Order: sequence, then structure tokens, then C-alpha cells
Amino acid sequence: MDERARKTDVKLQGLARHLVADVNQKRNPSIAIPLRSLANVSFNERRKILELGDQKQARILFNVGMARKFMQTFLLGSACKELLEQGKTTSIRDLYYIAKHTLGDTRQNTFEEQDESDPIIEDLEVTIDALREELNLFASNKGAMVGPLTIVDSGDTIDLRRMGSGGWSVPSIVEENIVELKKSEAQFVLLVEKDAVWRRFNEDKFWQKHRCVLIHGGGQPPRGVRRMLRRLTTELKIPLYVLVDNDPWGFYIYSVVKQGSINLAYESVRMAVPQARFVGLSSFDQEKYDLPDNVTMKLKDEDERRAKQMLAYPWFQRKEWQRELQYMLKRGKKLELEALSNKRISFITEEYLPRKLKEGEGKGWLV
Amino acid sequence: MISKTISSKKDSGSKSRSKGNGGRQLSLLEQVAPARPAPARRAEPAPAPTRRDDTARQSGAVRHRLHEEPRTPEAEAPAAAAPLLATAAPPPRSKRRATAESMAAQQREISVAEFFTKNRHLLGFDNPAKALLTTVKEAVDNALDAAEEAGILPSVLVEIHEINEERYLVVVQDNGPGIVYKQVPKVFGKLLYGSKFHRLRQSRGQQGIGISAAGMYGQLTTGKPVAILSRTAAGRTAHYFEITIDTRKNQAIPVKDEIREDWPGVDHGTRVEIELSGTYKGGRRSVDEYLEEVAIANPHVRLVYQPPRGKEQRVFERVTDELPREPQQIKPHPRGVELGMLMKILKESKARTLSAALKEDFSRVTSKVAGEICAAAMVAPNTRIRDLSGAEIERLYSAIPKVKILAPPTACVVPIGEELVRRGLEKEIRADFYTSCTRPPTVYRGNPFAIEAGLAYGGELLGKAEDDDETFGPRESGQFGPIQLLRFANRVPLQYQQSACAIFKAVAETNFRQYGLSQPRGGLPQGPMVLFVHIASVWVPFTSESKEAVAHYPEIIKEIKLALRECGRKLSVFLHHRERARNQEKRRSIFELYIGELVESVHKLTPVDRRKLQQQLLGLASKFTGQQEEEEALEVGGVKPDRKAKGKTDRNGDANGNGGDGEEG
Repeated sequence: MDERARKTDVKLQGLARHLVADVNQKRNPSIAIPLRSLANVSFNERRKILELGDQKQARILFNVGMARKFMQTFLLGSACKELLEQGKTTSIRDLYYIAKHTLGDTRQNTFEEQDESDPIIEDLEVTIDALREELNLFASNKGAMVGPLTIVDSGDTIDLRRMGSGGWSVPSIVEENIVELKKSEAQFVLLVEKDAVWRRFNEDKFWQKHRCVLIHGGGQPPRGVRRMLRRLTTELKIPLYVLVDNDPWGFYIYSVVKQGSINLAYESVRMAVPQARFVGLSSFDQEKYDLPDNVTMKLKDEDERRAKQMLAYPWFQRKEWQRELQYMLKRGKKLELEALSNKRISFITEEYLPRKLKEGEGKGWLV
Repeated sequence: MISKTISSKKDSGSKSRSKGNGGRQLSLLEQVAPARPAPARRAEPAPAPTRRDDTARQSGAVRHRLHEEPRTPEAEAPAAAAPLLATAAPPPRSKRRATAESMAAQQREISVAEFFTKNRHLLGFDNPAKALLTTVKEAVDNALDAAEEAGILPSVLVEIHEINEERYLVVVQDNGPGIVYKQVPKVFGKLLYGSKFHRLRQSRGQQGIGISAAGMYGQLTTGKPVAILSRTAAGRTAHYFEITIDTRKNQAIPVKDEIREDWPGVDHGTRVEIELSGTYKGGRRSVDEYLEEVAIANPHVRLVYQPPRGKEQRVFERVTDELPREPQQIKPHPRGVELGMLMKILKESKARTLSAALKEDFSRVTSKVAGEICAAAMVAPNTRIRDLSGAEIERLYSAIPKVKILAPPTACVVPIGEELVRRGLEKEIRADFYTSCTRPPTVYRGNPFAIEAGLAYGGELLGKAEDDDETFGPRESGQFGPIQLLRFANRVPLQYQQSACAIFKAVAETNFRQYGLSQPRGGLPQGPMVLFVHIASVWVPFTSESKEAVAHYPEIIKEIKLALRECGRKLSVFLHHRERARNQEKRRSIFELYIGELVESVHKLTPVDRRKLQQQLLGLASKFTGQQEEEEALEVGGVKPDRKAKGKTDRNGDANGNGGDGEEG
């Protein structure tokens, strides 16, 4: 076990010691898990990121509603310890299979679905204050990256200028010990919401013309992509632009990238990019770019609900964002990035984005 | 019911041509007919209306239209009858097929017994299986009524002997008061002879038709007479009869009439033997089931039952030595009488004036009330009874609803009693939970009645539902079929026409889901449960003569629902308690399951003494589950098992039916 693994192992042992202490004192064994909900998340105005509060939730063994989860937490803890001992990393799906077995002679399993084990992993992370990577766990790869940049991934040097049409698949663990950033000519990073739009940009060699790192996260970007964004902006000291749809979900992707998410608020420090800039479609862009009505989509009930929720978030209180969301609700319409192709297939790469970037520099950003 | 229909049809015919004893009981309603041909107390049963004969309007013999056989002409009332007949069967215009005179030639009296032979389904002899059941039922009902009336704790022996597959001998022997020598032929050999029809008093039989009908059925199907052995007291001789019935004359013909010096072992009682063609079967609606139900509703009765085909004898022991309180006979209440009945009562009154007659022959009629009725009807109270015109009586009849009259006394209704209903259920059904409820008596249409409900849940009933062996642990109620509903009227089980019955309707309209059972919309609830409902009344309103279903009076349905809700509430408390106990059990086993897993994980994280930790955790498990149990008990604690709906008694002395909590089904 290396130093890093040993540190995590000590934390895991602490969990077990705490239980033994509870039992010896004839207390109902419990684990204190920091609460990962809106109520326990606050927006740090100074640092411009979401932070986890101090509220904790007790997970008690002798309680019908919690006993199963209590047992599962320890089960996953011991499985992670094994990974650390063997120096192997695995996916959370793998871990689910590793820990899954039938309980006694019943028809019950330790886990019935992966949906049951995933939140327990997050619980474990926050409880012992170890990151997923520190537990030797990774999520499946999601997201791709190209750009005028060379990296070293697990010892292999990779030139991101020569990645063909697919790009380099961003792994879920991109810590320094795995991925190193080398020579770069990039002026900025461009995060595109989805794969289809990213392909347009890659095909049009946008990143070559504008000398930028082009990356997408397949919708809401996973940890690996977010961590990579953070590292690119801090280590290369270049700005990040986020290109998303005009709908609450697109706006929220921007928000997560910029200040972090509620669920992973404890990771904001490592992932959030507070200086990110919004270059996505605004609610006012239909008129501005003279887009016909027929390329808009009707706002669905769930969209409206989400937009109203977001209006209440403390980190959406700037009047520009309130105006955006309220106008979206008023119009009852949303707009996808692909709608710009109604003008011309490369309108987005040749006109829309260059204009947005220029305007942003001039008139100020929507932040 | 049948007696009424027939009687009114026959109307005064029997007066002019009464033959011996036959005239006596048939003349009872003789003056009823003129105003309304068939004063039906309730809906006429399906077959009856076709038989109703409007010509009864005329005094004279019954117009016997439906009888096809040509008969010797009879003299009376041909002309008046003709038009009515013509409307019923319109003759073609061109040529008259029959004249009033030629039709008159076919009109003649039918005897009750003859009527029965053609309409035996009306009395419950529709098919062989039912015939056997009805025979046992009539004999047992009579035996119980007689013993109770004489103040004797009933012990009844029922034997069914198979002569061949289609022929059975039914023997019913009781320890009742016996029947005096000269009455035996009449009781068993004449239809509509009995003590029960002429009075308003709670009893099983109502009409005096059942046992003789059974005998007649036996005679019709086997040609064998009914055998009766009866003795009225120790020291007296017993007499043995074999009786056949002259169906045309409604007369008994004793074919054997012997004195038996001794009846060993029997001081007093009656033994009836009827041979009939029938079918014996077990299961639903069988004699077996009937007797089981009798045993539930009559916990003071001892029943010995010898089924046929060498099956084992069954003994239903009594659980109480106390006879039910003797039901009091009451005078009819003005609200409950039909016009025809009113006419009959007034005409037969021993009083001289109208006002006196109203006071003496009806319950709850005071001088003041009588005066008000007379005033409202615009008939002088001192009118002499014999001077009353039909029109005046009709006015009196319509005046009754306008006058405030106290509800009839309800003491005449004798329910089984809450405790005995429960003990009756406990005696015959091995269940986990029993409860019962007796409602205070109340009134429908001038007739006092009381409703009782009871239920038995779980226990052996869990196993009764068809089992699939794959089930683990106790099944939930949704996995059971409909509950078994036992209906009783004056302690007599009702086995047929369930869905036509007011009791069924009340059960289906009660929401049992709120008490923890599943229930399809508009149907019986489902679960391992037997539900008992009893209506006790001086006059149970059946939908037909075969006494199978109770008519849908709103007052009755309402009372049944109130009783059901009270039982339902108690059931739901029980189910709650059991659910909790089950949960505790489940909880403990869950913890035990997880503890093993947990100990292994802890050991992997940091080496521990696994056995010790396991023991410690198991100790904590029982400590903490008990605690949780208490916490939950406190949460549920609002409901007390013995919360009873309070029956209030209003100033009329008539208990009103407002015991519920206002919850709606």
C-alpha cells in the first residue's frame, strides 16, 4: 500500500473502531453521515462555490429503515479496503458485483440493484472524508477531449492534436498520479454540452482555428471531466467557456461546472471553476440570431418545475440569471444548440460562437 | 307469505263452502279481498303474480283460470268475472272462443295443498338437494320453536337415512312439549295450520306451512305417509300416527293411529319421520352446513346429527343452559298494517266503537291518538264498528301516516345477545379472533327488529382457502377469496339467494378496507373470515315465501351497517396488534440477518473477536427492538380495543340507530 492508500485505510478502520466502541458501551451503533441535500449546502459568496454544511445524519443499526443501509456501508467499506490492499482500481458497477451476495438462506441479497450501492459509496466518501479515487473507485468513462495539448496518461504520452474524429476519452480518475498535462498552446477551454455538437466543432477543426481545448461531458459532466476542467483552467491558467442548450438543464450544467453540485458539494473545491463563462444559448437569442419559431421547443412541465427551483437557488440570484430564467418561463420555450443549424450547418462554429466570445469580451459575460 | 297470497285469492270462498276444519284458518282473511285483491306486505315473488287472480274481488269461489283440466261447472259469479278474464286473455274479435258461461264451467276452488303441489318451488322444494334440506329445516325449526315456547332447553336429534341414492328418510326428534293427540293430524297433515301466523311474536316459523309441506312433498314423491310419535308428559301414553294428506281437501287422513304405552327414555317430545325423494350432498348449502349454522345461532341448543352413508355422528353441544328470554306477543302497530289487515282487524274487533277498536287492537294507540286518527280520516270516533263502510276504512288507512304515533314497544324482540353470538362462533369455528355486536332494537314499518353481527377471523379459516404450497409465512388478506357470510333471521340460517338479501347488500356497501380487509367494489370483503349477521323481528320481511332473503328496508340495512362497523372497528384493532407483533418478529430476524454480515465486514476492516461482537450485537438487537416496539405502541395507542358505539335511547323508548362514528362505508 502506498502512502495515499494507507491514509484512506486508516479512515476506513476508524469506521469499524467507532462501531466496536458503540457496542462496548451498549449504544445503538451509528454512523454520522454529512447530509448531502440542499438544506446542508451553502453558496460561499467569497469563493463562489457550493460548500457542504455541518449537518449530519445518523445512520443507526437497530432501526428497521436503516439497518440494511448500515450493513451495506460497512460491506462496501470492507470491499474498498480490499481494493486498496491489492492496489487495484475498479468501477462502481464492479464494486456492486463484488459486494453482492445472498444473505443467509433467504432470498435477500446484500444489494438488489446498483442503484442501491451507488449512493452508499457517496455516503462512504463523505463519511470518512475520502474521495472516490482515494477508494480506488472509478466511474465509467464519459466525455471526450481534443486540443493543442499533450498529456501523459498512465505513462503513455498522448498528443491531443491527433485524436481523429472521436477524441480522447476522459477517464473518471484524472488525478496527477494518473494524468499529467504537458505542452500546450491552448488559449481557452470550450466545454460543449453534448457529443453531437462537439463533433461539429471537431469536424470544423474549431480547436485548431481558435487554439482551444474542446471537451464534452455527455450532458451533465461526470467527475472526471469536471476535475479535468478544473486542472486545465488552474494549471494552464486559461479561461473556460461553457456552451449549453437554452433550457434549465443546460443552465444547470453551467452552474455545476462553475460552482459545483448539491450532491457533490464536498468536492466543489476540487472541481468547481468559478471563473467559467457562459456562451450557451440565451433566452433572448432567438430574436438576436433571427431563428424561426419552428426550431423552438415547448417548455415541458418538468422543465418549468426545474426552472422555478433554480430561481430559488442562492447561486442563481444575480439579476441576469433571474432575468434569463424568468424570460424562459414567460416564453414557455426552449432552444437546443442544434437549432442554430437551421441557419447553416456550421453557423455555430463560424458565426455564433465567435460572435458570443467577442461580445463577451466587449459587453461583459453572463456569469 | 304464501298463505297470505293464497288466502286472499281464496278470499271469502271458504266462508260459504268451508269444509270442516279447512274453513277455519282460511277464513281468516276472508274480508280482506274486497278493497285490494292481494294485499302484499312486500314485493310479490316472481312466480306469484301470474297466479294472482283479480276475480277474487267477487265473493264466491276462487276463479281458477290457470287450471287447465276441465272440471264440473260451478255456479257462482260467472258474469262479473268474465270481463276481467277477458282483459287477461283478449279474445279475437272475429269469433269468441269462450263465453262467460263456458268459462264459468271451468272455474272452481283450488285447495292450498293442490296449489302447493304445483308450486312447490315457492316453499323451497325446487330440487332434490334443496328438498332434503328444506325438510330438515322445517322440522328443526318447529322443534326448536316448540321447545322454547314450552320453556324447555331444546335437544334435537336429526338423522338422515339413505334408502337409495334418490330416496331418504329424515328423522327429527325433539324434547319439546309434544303435541296433544287430536292436534297431531292437523299440525302435520294440513297446510296453513299452526299457532304462529295469527300473532305478532318472534318465532322461527311464521306461517304453519313448512312441516306439512315437507310431509306433502314426501308423500308426493314417495307415496309414503308421514310418521309421528309424540308424548306430552312422562306417565302419559305416547301416540303414533301415520298421516297422509288429501291434497284436494287440505285434510289429514290418519292411516295409522296407535297408542304406545311407553316411549323409553323420552318423557315428552315429538319424533317426525318423513321419507322423500332427495339428494344428499355435503359442502355449501347442505344439511350439514345448515346444522352447523343452527348451532352457531342457537348456543342454547344441543344438536345430535347422524348424517347418511355411514358418516360419523356429530354432536353440537350447547354452551349455555339459559333459554332465550320468552318473546312477547304484541298487537300490530298502525304503521305496519296494510289496508286489508286494517279492515280485517276492525271487522273482527270485539270493541263496539271505532275509537275503542283502535285502542284495543293496536299497540301504541291511546284515546288521544285514536281521536286524531278519526279526525284526520273524518270518521266519527263513536261510529259503530259494524257500520263502518269500506270508504271510511280506506280514509282511516290513509290517515294513519298523518298522525304521530309512538313506535311500538321493542321488548318483544329477543336477540341472541352479544356474548352468546361470540360464544356460538367460538364453539363452531376455530379462529384467532372473535367479536360481536348486538344493536338496540328499532323499528321498520311498525315492526320492531334488532340486528346482531359477529365475526370470526383467522385460525383454521386461513387454511380453508385453497392452498398453494409455495406460500411463505402468513398470507395477506388479498390472497384469500371472499369471506363466508352467515345470514340468520330469527336464528334460522338463510342459505339461498344471498345476493338478493338486504344483509348481503349492507355488507357489500360497508367499506371493509378501512378495517384492514381487501374488498372488490360492490362485493363481499376478502379474507379468512366468517361474518355473522342476525335479524330478530316479530315479522322478518322476506322477499319470498321460501324465506331465503331479507327484503331491502332502508331501516334494516342501516342497522346492519352500524353493527358491521362496530365489529369492523374491533377487527381492525386486532389486525393492528397482530401486524405489530409480526413486525417485531420480522424486525428481529432482519437484524439477525444483517448482524452476521456486519460482523464479517468489521472484521475485515479491523480485526475483532467476531463471536464476541456477534453476541454483543444480538444482545443489543433485542434491547433495541423492544424499545422500538414501545415507541410504536405509543403511536398507535389512540385506538382502544373496547371502544363501543353507544346506542342511545330516545324518548319514544325506541332505540335510535345512531351508534356509529359518522364514518361512511
